Amino acid sequence: MTSTMRTFRNGSALPLGDVPVLETESFLKAILDATVHGWRVSSYFGLPRGGGLRIYCLMSSDSRGSLGMAAADVAGNAFPSIAEFCPQIQMFEREVAEQFGVVFEDSPWPKPVRFERRLTDRTAAGCRTGRPSDVGVMEYYQVKGHEVHEVAVGPVHAGIIEPGHFRFQCYGEQVLHLEISLGYQHRGVERLVLGGPHPASLHQMETVAGDTTIGHGLAYAMVIEALSGTMAPARAHALRGVALELERLANHTGDLGAIAGDVGYLPTASFCGRIRGDFLNMTAELCGSRFGRGMVVPGGVGFDCGPELAETLLKKSAAARTDLANAVELLWETPSVMARLENTGPLTAEAARELGLVGPAARACGVNMDVRRDHTFGIYSMAQIPVATASTGDVHARTLVRWLEAEKSLYFIDEQLRHLPGGACMGKSNGLAGEHIAVALTEGWRGEVCHVAVTDDAGRFARYKVVDPSFHNWPGLAMALRGQQISDFPLCNKSFNLSYCGFDL
Amino acid sequence: MPDTILHILLVLAMPPLLLGVIGKTKAAFAGRVGAPYLQPYYDLSRLMRKGTVISETTTWLFKAGPVITLAATLFAAMLVPFGRHPAPISFQGDMVLFAYLLALGRFFTTTAAMDTGSAFEGMGAAREVTFSALAEPTLFFALVALTRLSGSLSLTPMLNHISTGVWMTTGAALLLMLAGLFVVLLAENCRIPFDDPNTHLELTMIHEVMVLDHSGPYFGVILYGAALKLYILGALFVGIAAPFTSGDGYLDWVLFAACMLLLAVAIGVVESVMARLRMVRVPQLLVAATILTAFSFVLIVR
Repeated sequence: MTSTMRTFRNGSALPLGDVPVLETESFLKAILDATVHGWRVSSYFGLPRGGGLRIYCLMSSDSRGSLGMAAADVAGNAFPSIAEFCPQIQMFEREVAEQFGVVFEDSPWPKPVRFERRLTDRTAAGCRTGRPSDVGVMEYYQVKGHEVHEVAVGPVHAGIIEPGHFRFQCYGEQVLHLEISLGYQHRGVERLVLGGPHPASLHQMETVAGDTTIGHGLAYAMVIEALSGTMAPARAHALRGVALELERLANHTGDLGAIAGDVGYLPTASFCGRIRGDFLNMTAELCGSRFGRGMVVPGGVGFDCGPELAETLLKKSAAARTDLANAVELLWETPSVMARLENTGPLTAEAARELGLVGPAARACGVNMDVRRDHTFGIYSMAQIPVATASTGDVHARTLVRWLEAEKSLYFIDEQLRHLPGGACMGKSNGLAGEHIAVALTEGWRGEVCHVAVTDDAGRFARYKVVDPSFHNWPGLAMALRGQQISDFPLCNKSFNLSYCGFDL
Repeated sequence: MPDTILHILLVLAMPPLLLGVIGKTKAAFAGRVGAPYLQPYYDLSRLMRKGTVISETTTWLFKAGPVITLAATLFAAMLVPFGRHPAPISFQGDMVLFAYLLALGRFFTTTAAMDTGSAFEGMGAAREVTFSALAEPTLFFALVALTRLSGSLSLTPMLNHISTGVWMTTGAALLLMLAGLFVVLLAENCRIPFDDPNTHLELTMIHEVMVLDHSGPYFGVILYGAALKLYILGALFVGIAAPFTSGDGYLDWVLFAACMLLLAVAIGVVESVMARLRMVRVPQLLVAATILTAFSFVLIVR
């Protein structure tokens, strides 16, 4: 594995020429070999070179803490598909096919991902992708037979949520197959930053998925810092960690409440709704935005945290910890809630690994991975956070993992705020190195956020690839629903709580 | 005559208040202020003033559904005695008519739902019919047990027969019966743990999903009909559970209304401390309710 791929660490940049360009066959073999040895596909994207296309694959080994990268040129317009042997790559292959018109031979599932137009299509630059009505129009997988029926949900939902289309093949109340079709929120984020970094790039990255502002903002900042050789000061690292954990706390708390609400258990639902607001307000005290906009900037953090503010935050987090513990305790103590959560939407650890799931959804299946520990970055190389896992892989496990992580994050925030390093919170920044490739992984609250930037010889972005954890996890939701009751879908969906816009980019 | 007028007034005016009380109770448990007690009335008046959108695929059945359901429920409301007062309409065998008026209403609700041709509504109709078919035996076991106790086939003498004295002698049987009836009360009115009336998740709904396509006054009629159904099943429950009389006719009306509000609080408490059942578990609980009332019947007959 290491012999064919260039290995490096999270948050580093290397000359583009250092990435080995392999023959198609050895490239694909290297990927398959690596997945057998427990490596995951973190990113897989095309980079137009001259007239042709070069495909890069970024893989990560959670046990060794290293990243590996290799590339291969696409000869003509066709490339072999390995999705059949490596299911976690299927979504990436479909994405490359859609962005560059590559035909993946023998692809078992050659369908659109987000119905976007070609990334290389310069003629139509600036105008919006296709006609919105085209999104979601495709041949759906169908089950035929006596008493089999189809249920279509969305893209317009009864609740105030993002648009997505779900097609269920049901036998009575039982779900035989679920197909998820997204793309309604495609904004062309990757296209927008081409030729950048532009002044707006940071803000565009922060809104890749609005609820993962810090996660994506931090990954972007790390990419810029790697390319420019900037060192963020220790104080900035600590504050970034606090912001990232506050984001995790707010979202996990919101999810715990929403899961309780979906099973009709009101007390926890109402309390968590309020406590989520407390965490958002703490982020707002830190940087003036409840979602942490502008907190993380390349080179450091945009807002310092004085001793008084740290004191206030400590007090608030202590209060929120008690409230949250009480609210969540109610969940575990109510048998009817437990009966509803246990054995609903289970996924095996094997399926989670095959599908390449990340974040709490993977940890709930017993897959012990966390970018904060495996590919340490920033403050996490000094202050480790224990990784919380569960074993059953059902809604209960996903709920439990959220609560355990929230607990750990609270301790982490406490510790960091008590011992904030002194000094400045901004480092000096330089121009970006040309012809380099930089990789940054962060652990957003949904899981691994992956940003890869490739610069041209002038140090401008020639390609910027964003992988939101939702991109890995949506197939997991579809798989978790197999053989389940259709009435359990909303609960399963909530327990994953994936981002639509993070997927649609 | 004043009793009949009061009965009709209560039937027309009070049902939405129960929903308001349930809502307030749930809000109290959740630490919220909650919507005003009269919110269901505001909702109804808002819906009545709204326009209606009707799907092109529907026929007259779609419009007839809510109206027939409400009419059937209103008629059923005339058969149930409120507290110690006789029902306006009472005859031998009216308990069978009562049960099947509710079934008639359900038939038209589900037919109207299927008339839209929507996958959701068909699914909801299937669930509603399955669950109510399982709830019906419970109601009949209870009614037959009451018939045996009172020797009458009419609801008014059946319920008015029950007194503190009867409770002293057959308390165990009546308790079992009440437990079964409470389950039916919750199931028939789509309350937690069977259904969540406040959910926005189409795929988990039972009753709400059947009326997704109805809007404006039609939806208002459905909401009012649902509140009324809760009210009359509640009146049946209260008739057995609280066989008190103060001796004064008017005070008895007040007593009855208070008992109904207490029942609403009880439903609110149940909804607050319980999560919804997984849908595959619903039939099990309904069958358990049937067994409870069957035992109560056995205890009374023996």
